[in-house]
Amino acid sequence: MTQDVRSFAVTVDGGKLSVRTYGDPSKPTVLLIHGYPDTQAVWDGVVSELVDDFHVVTYDTRGIGASKGPLFKHGYTLERLADDLYAVADVVAPGLPVHLVGHDWGSVQAWEAVTRADSAERFLSYTSISGPCLDHAALWTRSGLRKPTPKAAVRSLKQALASWYIVAFHLPVAPRVVWRLGLAKQWPRIVKAIEGTSVETSATLSRDGSRGVLYYRANMLPKLRHPQERSTSVPVQVLTPTRDRFVTPALATQAPAPWTERLYVRQVSGGHWIVVKKAALIAERVKEFVLSDIVTPGGPEPVRSLLRAEARQGTKDRREFEDKLVVVTGAGSGIGRATALAFAEQGADIVVADIDAVAAARTVELVELLGARAYLYTVDVASAEAMERFAEDVRTAAGVPDVVVNNAGIGMSGPFLATEVKDWERILGVNVWGVIHGARCFGEMMRERGEGGHIVNLASAAAYTPSRTLSAYSTSKAAVLMLSECLRAEFSRYGIGVSAICPGFIATNITRTTKFVGQSAEQQERTRQRITGLYRRRNFGPEKVADRIVAAVRSDKPVVPVALEAKAGRAIARLSPALARRMAKIDPTG
Amino acid sequence: MSNKTGPTPPGPEALERHREAQALAYRCAETVGAGLEPGVTEREAARRMRGFLRDNGVEDFFHIPFAWFGERTAFRSLKGPWTPLHFFPTNKRLQEGMAYVLDCSPVVDGYVSDIGYAGVIGENRIFEALMRDLAQYRTLIPERIKAGDTLAEVYAAVDNLIAQQGYESRHKVYPGRVIGHQVGHMSQRRNMGRYAFGFGLRTLETLGREIVTEGIKGRSPLWAGGRASRHAPTPGLWAVEPHIGFRNVGVKFEELLVVTGDDAYWLDDDLPHVRRWQLEGAHA
Repeated sequence: MTQDVRSFAVTVDGGKLSVRTYGDPSKPTVLLIHGYPDTQAVWDGVVSELVDDFHVVTYDTRGIGASKGPLFKHGYTLERLADDLYAVADVVAPGLPVHLVGHDWGSVQAWEAVTRADSAERFLSYTSISGPCLDHAALWTRSGLRKPTPKAAVRSLKQALASWYIVAFHLPVAPRVVWRLGLAKQWPRIVKAIEGTSVETSATLSRDGSRGVLYYRANMLPKLRHPQERSTSVPVQVLTPTRDRFVTPALATQAPAPWTERLYVRQVSGGHWIVVKKAALIAERVKEFVLSDIVTPGGPEPVRSLLRAEARQGTKDRREFEDKLVVVTGAGSGIGRATALAFAEQGADIVVADIDAVAAARTVELVELLGARAYLYTVDVASAEAMERFAEDVRTAAGVPDVVVNNAGIGMSGPFLATEVKDWERILGVNVWGVIHGARCFGEMMRERGEGGHIVNLASAAAYTPSRTLSAYSTSKAAVLMLSECLRAEFSRYGIGVSAICPGFIATNITRTTKFVGQSAEQQERTRQRITGLYRRRNFGPEKVADRIVAAVRSDKPVVPVALEAKAGRAIARLSPALARRMAKIDPTG
Repeated sequence: MSNKTGPTPPGPEALERHREAQALAYRCAETVGAGLEPGVTEREAARRMRGFLRDNGVEDFFHIPFAWFGERTAFRSLKGPWTPLHFFPTNKRLQEGMAYVLDCSPVVDGYVSDIGYAGVIGENRIFEALMRDLAQYRTLIPERIKAGDTLAEVYAAVDNLIAQQGYESRHKVYPGRVIGHQVGHMSQRRNMGRYAFGFGLRTLETLGREIVTEGIKGRSPLWAGGRASRHAPTPGLWAVEPHIGFRNVGVKFEELLVVTGDDAYWLDDDLPHVRRWQLEGAHA
């Protein structure tokens, strides 16, 4: 923890709140409100991440932890709790508006505070985690009941099931006794079991758990019975943890929409106690929001996921991939360039990477011609260090990508025994290691960010169509195909889709650069020309492959054969492997 | 029935007559282009070209005047695949920011010209970029011919440049995927002013005859990328029309190229697109 912690008490009507402040009071203030059955200690991790940039304030809410509060439920109405919040803000930042962050019940209280009439003078921004405004929730439930579509019924039922404990808390005596009789002791094990998160228990947990039941009893039924139409002009960011057992995404996303002027709903990967489990991530999201020009005039442009979050509210008319970042390797020509352009046309920002700087620069020009933003990188995908540096550079300059297209690849053809070790090293380096590095470096970033994403790997019809002339190439592409299938199974839990694209004979310059092993330079040149001609007459352009790639990302397709020969090859490989083996003996280049 | 196209290269006087016909054609395209306003249709534009040329004494066309607007400059139809029927002028209306291509080929006293002219109404960044890059083809083509390439090799070099630039070949949509064709003097008067499939009957007759006679010598009056074009360019006049596109915009120029035994040069440099590139300082 940090050195300059100050603790003091703020006396309020009916209680005394234990407040802690951290960091330089001249910096903007961030006020963190804890939930149930936690104390302000739940924020320790987030505080240490924020303290360098902000004056951070936490407090135990009334009756909880080191704070004193009334013995009966009428002392715990949201009105009182919001009064407390204003009182603390007035003491720690007199006359200056603050940034508010609430988790669980802290978020419920903060909603009450920011939906008061004069809230815009007190609060600059509000980040809500796992705690809805009770009025919004009640109105949302009612609207679901008034127009009972099957969808609305399902989402309401889901939320009702998730709220079982609220009903339990209204039983007389029992819940409070259970807390006192040992639930508190078991609490860390329970949280560990359902969330996989280690929470530290406070000494006051059994009292807090029991006292906190009053929060529910004082507010739930009155708010459900008589919800108020409470709205706010304070910009609100709602972080919705995936796998939150208590607040469903539907509720968190939809309920506040009618009552907020500027709402940004963003998914974060983690459970309900994400503020403990991923403190750094939460701090990062708070920083991104409060420092951006949404909240701070003259601040930097909001990160893409914030812009997208705004779009989801239907406030802007956008193209499909607007405010998304797409990385394409081998984007200097062929399928890579066409893919970069196809995504650019759909509004994405593009990271154009190629080993050929001139070709990549040209793709950048074309992307910009379509009105999209492009970032230029020269990189050899076969090099681990180069790829790691590249990925880091991309993160710094452009952010975490939403789509990564591992496209860079080379061709090779000829007899196995004429294929030298260095030929193998080269083709496996680019075609296999290039994909591994791309998936490794960017996959890690995507997982860490927790907002999902998509990885597209360019395999080939050769991945499942054996041929005596393509041993090296087919081997490399078969590896890419299998890697994609395995990754897909592994990454789905992070919300990251993985697609393998298997094109047939596509007219690109891969045929002009393919190495035909075992041939003299002159023979090679002739073969290249002939094959290039054949591919051109096949007349299947890279643009069509690019369209299929965009479609694969759109609907998360696992394996996409492109062009008739690729589909036929797949059918033959499945229906009659014997026929495929026979066809493999034909030498089309001979 | 004499026919001077093909093997006999035109003399200086004939070249001068072709140059005049070409200048008239470009004057026509420029004038009609400058007068195009939002709302005008392709048919109206073609009609204006025809009117202009008739008023200037033209009796016959190598092919009827063509006008393409918007995505049709890139030979794209918004309603489905492109067919040869789509080349004919339609009722598509010109709008602000749209590119257009005018293509006309007046025959003056039997001297054929065939030109293409690209323009835009208002601003269009893609058009500007395409137009700037189109200049490279005017340098590349005579250069490759002088270097001794066959027509098919020049065609492949053009394809490579298009791929490098990241554009699409649109001349590959023309019948026979041709980037050019031979032209000359048509002295026959029979069938003048009669057309089939948009081409003058005289054109079709001449072309048909040449495909046979040249074919015997292993050459073709049509310039494409296939086997038939694997020969050195036949000395004479060639109308060359590189047509490139990006997304829904296409641009082209079409001019007469003089090919002699050891040289190749454009018949005239005083043309709208060349002046444009000189003004921009582009290497034309």
